[in-house]
Order: sequence, then structure tokens, then C-alpha cells
Amino acid sequence: MNTLVLVEHDNASVNDATLAVVTAAAKLGDVTALVAGSNCGGAADAAAKIAGVSKVLKADDAAYGEGLAENVAPLVAGLMADYDALLAPATTSGKNIAPRVAAMLDVMQISDILSVEGPKAFTRPIYAGNAIATVESSDAKLVITVRGTAFEKAATEGGSASVEDASGAGDAGISTFVSREVADGGDRPELTAAKVIVSGGRALKDSETFEQVINPLADKLGAAIGASRAAVDAGYVPNDYQVGQTGKIVAPEVYIAIGISGAIQHLAGMKDSKVIIAINKDEDAPIFQVADIGLVADLFNAVPEMTGAL
Amino acid sequence: MKILVPVKRVIDYNVKPRVKADGTGVDLANVKMSMNPFDEIAVEEAIRIKEAGKAEEIIAVSVGPAKAQETLRTALAMGADRAILVETDEEVEPLAVAKILKAIADEEQPGLVVLGKQSISDDSNQTGQMLAALMGRPQGTFANTVEVDGDSVSVKREIDGGLETVKLTMPAIVTTDLRLNEPRYASLPNIMKAKKKPLDTKAPGDFGVDITPRLTTTNVAEPPVRQAGEKVEDVAALVAKIKELGIA
Ligand SMILES: Cc1cc2nc3c(=O)[nH]c(=O)nc-3n(C[C@H](O)[C@H](O)[C@H](O)COP(=O)(O)OP(=O)(O)OC[C@H]3O[C@@H](n4cnc5c(N)ncnc54)[C@H](O)[C@@H]3O)c2cc1C
Ligand SMILES: Nc1ncnc2c1ncn2[C@@H]1O[C@H](COP(=O)(O)O)[C@@H](O)[C@H]1O
Repeated sequence: MNTLVLVEHDNASVNDATLAVVTAAAKLGDVTALVAGSNCGGAADAAAKIAGVSKVLKADDAAYGEGLAENVAPLVAGLMADYDALLAPATTSGKNIAPRVAAMLDVMQISDILSVEGPKAFTRPIYAGNAIATVESSDAKLVITVRGTAFEKAATEGGSASVEDASGAGDAGISTFVSREVADGGDRPELTAAKVIVSGGRALKDSETFEQVINPLADKLGAAIGASRAAVDAGYVPNDYQVGQTGKIVAPEVYIAIGISGAIQHLAGMKDSKVIIAINKDEDAPIFQVADIGLVADLFNAVPEMTGAL
Repeated sequence: MKILVPVKRVIDYNVKPRVKADGTGVDLANVKMSMNPFDEIAVEEAIRIKEAGKAEEIIAVSVGPAKAQETLRTALAMGADRAILVETDEEVEPLAVAKILKAIADEEQPGLVVLGKQSISDDSNQTGQMLAALMGRPQGTFANTVEVDGDSVSVKREIDGGLETVKLTMPAIVTTDLRLNEPRYASLPNIMKAKKKPLDTKAPGDFGVDITPRLTTTNVAEPPVRQAGEKVEDVAALVAKIKELGIA
């Protein structure tokens, strides 16, 4: 089977989410990586070095620079004449583009796969991960998004793929990119790539309190910071901190949930973490049902004490 | 301008889904069902656009069983003007839903279609994007803010790194994220009024759409269960555990 991987990148380098997709694609067959962007030679060269990638297609056009689905999807759909399966990361970018390609190919997308069970069979979570469905496609071509935490990351070195130019229709002329507000995380690791995550919930009161309580602990542990929906909705932290069914899916070595009750929608995003630690003043909070280590305490005393002792 | 709002009837978000013992699916018998939460946000956004004088009519559409009428009545009670039920007892996949919505959009010619970003049952997150492709129109997915301005719409989108704004030529498709708005509750008088609003019933065949599934579900299983671990006495004990984990 010939597979095409939609590479997520910033034109200069390849985003980590792509590496898990390459691993999933390699289970199906030969892997070609598509880098669609503007001045994206750097990203194409990086993609060519990923172990398991046999060819890179570089579509370099101003119209692809900001990843607009209206422009990128027709390019991908056109290239799919030569491929049996498209795989994209289940990131906001992949989720934006892949279904648009699927509809253009008259194919049902298989969203957020957890495993490859056969040439056309996959498992995927439904109902906030409270059930795992095995689905088999009858479509001629496959369009798949891949859950990053479910597959090993392919090595960023070791490959030596050739880079070929590809082109599509360019600007569809129906959408324009206006602006992006991306917070600079500084030295803090990215949420989906972090080994340790410290997450705060509604109990953190407001953004200053969240920062005063959560940040020093995260600094001590070199951790990324996450949050529940309630904390995001209340404006303690930006939207991209949300962990859960409808936010980010994470599976770090250690996940520390502070003042988070453990609603099923939150658990859906973090219950595959290796070790879960919970601090909550309510001993019956559902988070304790999944926590390996629990502390029943008032977080406003416990967390500063903990930070001090580490 | 008309706004089309597709709404899906799903398991209520407060219910913990149970997998059927025979592995065929999730047990929905006697389970509370509600409008998909993202679709409530979609209905609310459509109402706000209408209240701002930028739309004349809101049409709610649902593809599903006869009971999806209740979901449509909820949309009408919130403020939608009329509703279309495309009735079927089959499970309809996003691609086929998108095809039905495309056919309805062809008839109604809405300036905007506002959908949820994801149904909390199948967690597909694809119907809106598919509809946009089938209509050949732009998409503002995961919307945090929507501003209609003449014949274009600006959509601020929630993305992995933060927020992004795109400008789309209408007709356009928008899918809602959680921070777009806080949906209103329908008042009792509005619930009564909604009973008199028009609700058309159609069948997928009326639109010439084949709803035969492309995916076969061969098994539905419980995810691996996590066992609750231990509770520690105090911060000192917790710190000792963290040090054992080797992360500090
Ligand atoms: C469509 C939909 C999608 C959703 N998607 C997500 C998602 O992706 N991610 C997500 O997280 N949620 C999501 N939710 C929301 C989810 O249902 C819960 O409402 C949310 O997770 C609750 O956040 P919380 O635990 O911070 O708040 P709460 O449930 O209010 O819990 C706060 C906790 O803090 C504890 N506490 C309070 N004070 C202290 C203190 N001083 N010390 C210690 N503990 C204290 C309390 O005991 C309580 O357990 C979604 C909901 C819907 C409807
Ligand atoms: N059967 C349906 N009837 C009406 N709208 C639907 C249906 N299925 C999906 N949708 C719409 O598409 C959105 C995304 O659903 P999904 O792609 O299934 O995650 C939902 O939030 C609804 O707005």
C-alpha cells in the first residue's frame, strides 16, 4: 500500500505530531511525506531525514503557507490519485484539513486511530474514550487521522528520502489568513510532548492565583502546564491549555491534576498517562478513581509546600 | 440571509456511557439524550447573529430517528425559526450527513451553516469540513469568535498553539468550539411557542443520498480500566513519591 502523510510543520521544521503519523503509516505500507507550505525547504529536508519516509513531496507555494484547508485540501486530493491512504495527525491542523480531503475523495474519514488492526481495520475511541471501536473501511481509499499518543514517534534522523516538487491549484480564492496569536511558551515544554504535566482546574480561582500556585511547581519539575475546561472557560489560562475529549490528548510520564474533579471529558484526555497524581480536597472526587497517587488536601496549602520541598 | 444549523441528538454529556456486553455498541436504552453540546453553541451563535440584524431566518436540521424531533424543538425553543427532520433509524455517518446537508443547503441557500465541531458520541469531528468540501465553500472550524461583515465572515479559531483568525467569503461553514458563547436556556413561554413552529419531516431518499455506511464496526470494547492507586497522608509523603519517580 502507498501512503501519503500530511506533514505538520512551520515551514522550517517538522512538528512532533507528524512522527507518530509516520509510524502508523509505516504499518500500512510505503510512506511518502507531503510538505505543503511556503518557503518550506527546511521542513522538506527535515521530513526527508525521518526514519521510515521513502519520499518527500514538497509543494512550495504562498497559498499553502498558512495551512488554509481551502487551498491545501485540493492539492492533497489531487495527489491522492497515486496513493491508497492519507494519514494526518489528529491535531487542530490535521482535523481541519483531512475531512475536507476525505469528502473530495468521497471517503469516510477514520478519526483519531489508536491502532492498526489490518489493511483497512483500525481501533478508535468513541464516547470520550469510554468505548473503543474497531472499524473496517469499505472505501477504495483511506483517510485517517492519528492520535499522537497512541503510536511511537519515528526517529527524526536515519532517513534519506528524495525530495520532489509537487504542485496544485494554489489559492482557491475563498479564504484568507488574517492573523495568529501564539503564546511563546519560553522554555516550557509543549503540552503534547512533555514528560511531566501539571494541570490546574476550577479551584485555582483566577489567572493570577493559577500562575502563583501552578507555575512554580511546573518550573521545579520542568513540566508543561495544562488545565481543565472549567479553568480555560473562566479565563485562568489560554484555550490551548485544555486537556480532554475536546481539547488536547496527552500521555506524559507523570500527570499532576490539581483542583480538578475528574469529569469524563477531562479523563478522556489524560487517562493514558503513565502515572497520575491528584490533589483535591474532596476525597470522593472521581479523579481519585484513576489516580495512582492521591492527596486529599487544600491545594493552597499543599502545592506551595510541595514546591518548597522539591 | 438564512443560517442553517445542523443539530444532533446524542447521549447527554453527564451520562457515563456503558459498553454492551456483546460488543456491538454502547447501551443507549433508557439513557438520557440531549442536543450535542457543541450544537447548542451553534444554535446560540445563529440566534446572536440574527439578533444583531445580520440574518433573517434560522433553520435547524437533524438527521436521525423520530425522537430527534425533541432536539429540533429545543432548537426552536431557543430561537430557531423552523426545522427539518431527516428521519431514519439507521446510524448515518458524517459523510452521508454532509451530503444530506449539502442537498438542503442547495435548496435553502443559507449564507452560513453553523455546526458543532464534534459530536460527543462518535467524536468524529468531520461533518462540517466535509460539508464545506462538498459545497466548495470555505470553513472556519473550531470557532472562538464569529463576526459577519457584509459578504464575508471573520472567524477566530482555537488552534493547538493559541488562536488564529481567517476571513471567509460567504456562503461559509463554521464549526463551534466551547468558548464561542454560552448557550441560553429556553424559557417556558418559548418552549410553548416552539410547539407551533414549522417542522418538516423528510427522508434521506428525498435528497437522493445513499446512507449505506462505509465503515463497519466489528467490535466495541471497554477501554483498559485504570485501578485507583493509594492515597498518601501528607505532602511529605507525596514529595517522597515524586522523588521516587525520578522527575525531581
Ligand atoms: C461538550 C463538552 C466538552 C467538554 N470537554 C472538556 C475537555 O476537553 N476537558 C475538560 O477538562 N473538560 C471538558 N468538559 C467539561 C467537564 O464536563 C467538566 O465540567 C470540567 O472538566 C470540570 O473542570 P474542573 O474539574 O476544573 O472543575 P470542577 O468540576 O468544578 O472541579 C473542581 C475541583 O476542585 C476541587 N477543589 C476546590 N477547591 C479546592 C482546594 N482549595 N483544594 C483542592 N481541591 C479543591 C473540588 O473538590 C473539585 O473536585 C466538557 C464538557 C462538555 C459539555
Ligand atoms: N445526524 C446529524 N444530524 C444533524 N447534524 C449532525 C449530525 N451528525 C453530525 N452533525 C453535525 O456535525 C457536527 C460534527 O459532528 P461529527 O462530525 O459527527 O463529530 C455536529 O456537532 C452537528 O452539528
